[in-house]
Amino acid sequence: MSPRITFITAGRILRQLLNDHRTVGLILAVPALIIALISAIMDEAPRVFDQTGLILLAAFPFMLMFMITSITLLRERTGGTLERLMTTPTGKLDLVVGYAIAFGTAAAAQTAVAATVAFWFLGLDTAGPTWAVFLICIVTALFGMALGLFVSAFATTEFQAIQFMPVFVVPQLFLCGLIWPADQMAGWLQGVSDALPLTYAVKALTEVQLNPDVTGDMWADLAVVLGAVVVATVLGAATLRRRTD
Amino acid sequence: MPSTPAIVVTDLVVDRGKKPVLRSVSTEISAGTVTGLLGPSGSGKTTFIRSIVGTQKVKSGTVQVLGHPAGTKPLRRRVAYVTQDASIYRDLSVKANVAYFAALYGRSRHEAMQAIEGVGMGDHADKLAGNLSGGQKTRTSLACALVIEPEVLVLDEPTVGLDPVIREELWDRFRALAAGGATLLVSSHVMDEADRCDRLLLLRDGVFIADDTPADLRAATGTANLEAAFLHLIRALEGVN
Repeated sequence: MSPRITFITAGRILRQLLNDHRTVGLILAVPALIIALISAIMDEAPRVFDQTGLILLAAFPFMLMFMITSITLLRERTGGTLERLMTTPTGKLDLVVGYAIAFGTAAAAQTAVAATVAFWFLGLDTAGPTWAVFLICIVTALFGMALGLFVSAFATTEFQAIQFMPVFVVPQLFLCGLIWPADQMAGWLQGVSDALPLTYAVKALTEVQLNPDVTGDMWADLAVVLGAVVVATVLGAATLRRRTD
Repeated sequence: MPSTPAIVVTDLVVDRGKKPVLRSVSTEISAGTVTGLLGPSGSGKTTFIRSIVGTQKVKSGTVQVLGHPAGTKPLRRRVAYVTQDASIYRDLSVKANVAYFAALYGRSRHEAMQAIEGVGMGDHADKLAGNLSGGQKTRTSLACALVIEPEVLVLDEPTVGLDPVIREELWDRFRALAAGGATLLVSSHVMDEADRCDRLLLLRDGVFIADDTPADLRAATGTANLEAAFLHLIRALEGVN
């Protein structure tokens, strides 16, 4: 792996993204608007919004990164640029980490806008520090990226890649505690919930919400998500083949 | 003509799915030459080319490039590959595309601009690649390979759909690169390009039916042009069968 090539790759991916002005606008504005909508819906119940809004802050970059990574990488695969890159000094990890840096930056920008709106204008409240929320959101976004990288290997068209959203993303959103607390689900479903990385992102966020100081439990939960990032990234890198049929 | 082989292919067999695409082909390609790979579409040209750059899974046989097994690490700085469909980023400008590939090899933006000028795309440098015509995309893709000044340049049908003037310029460029010591392998299904090559490999149904210089090929078949020579060879083969 070469840090120089990794950063050149990240720069190229970011430039591709920035050339698409409409996508940049959607990335920055949509989560903030949806969170504002949720806040208005839960107008009478600010305590509930504190939970839901907080989870949404992490859920959006997770979904976004999954989607743009799987589509962008699919384009590299089908457009021939991946095959070309595999004949250059670019290593598989250079490419994967380049993606992580580029889209991690996009996730950070998205989270910054959404969090600013949620905390300052919508009155979202946590006992713990904002930076911890930010950190959890970025790591969760990276998990979305790594998952998108992995599943893009199983799609041959962009249409299929989009269909992977309800398969890989939606169940995690339903089971992570966003729409219903995990401990009030059917017993077997709690087991499933415990096996899904997004659940740990929500647990970590809940720790920040309830405790003024950063807790060991939060770090433990975040470590699980980070572990999932590493596993999915390695699996994703393994799907990049220098030689194909 | 220099005789050091830059590319050595020995008993190469490639299957795609269950279908054999290359049936035990062998050849040696000398350094500092332009070799034409000719054959109808579906004859295995792209598969042969992908085997040389090391992106094709092969069933058996070996491919050595500059003394290393095809596609191995030391070759990734020395071999450039231009795919049949332009492998460039549609959402980047011509300049950003070429500068990216240049940067991977530690080449400057200035060198990228020179490569863009070299393929006659200077006036379009700031256009998004997705908005270019087919021929312009091909030339951009070519610039991405030329900018790294490779020792071995493998081109899959690089002149399809190009203006005759630009085609002429590119062939002059290929000749100049070979004169400078580079080894070029160019696939084509246009016979009139064959005369610009030092040597021709005629591929049909996964086997080489000829491996000769254009002049010798004409002489051996007693024909005036290469199209006729190719036909002669095919008929002779079918007569044997």
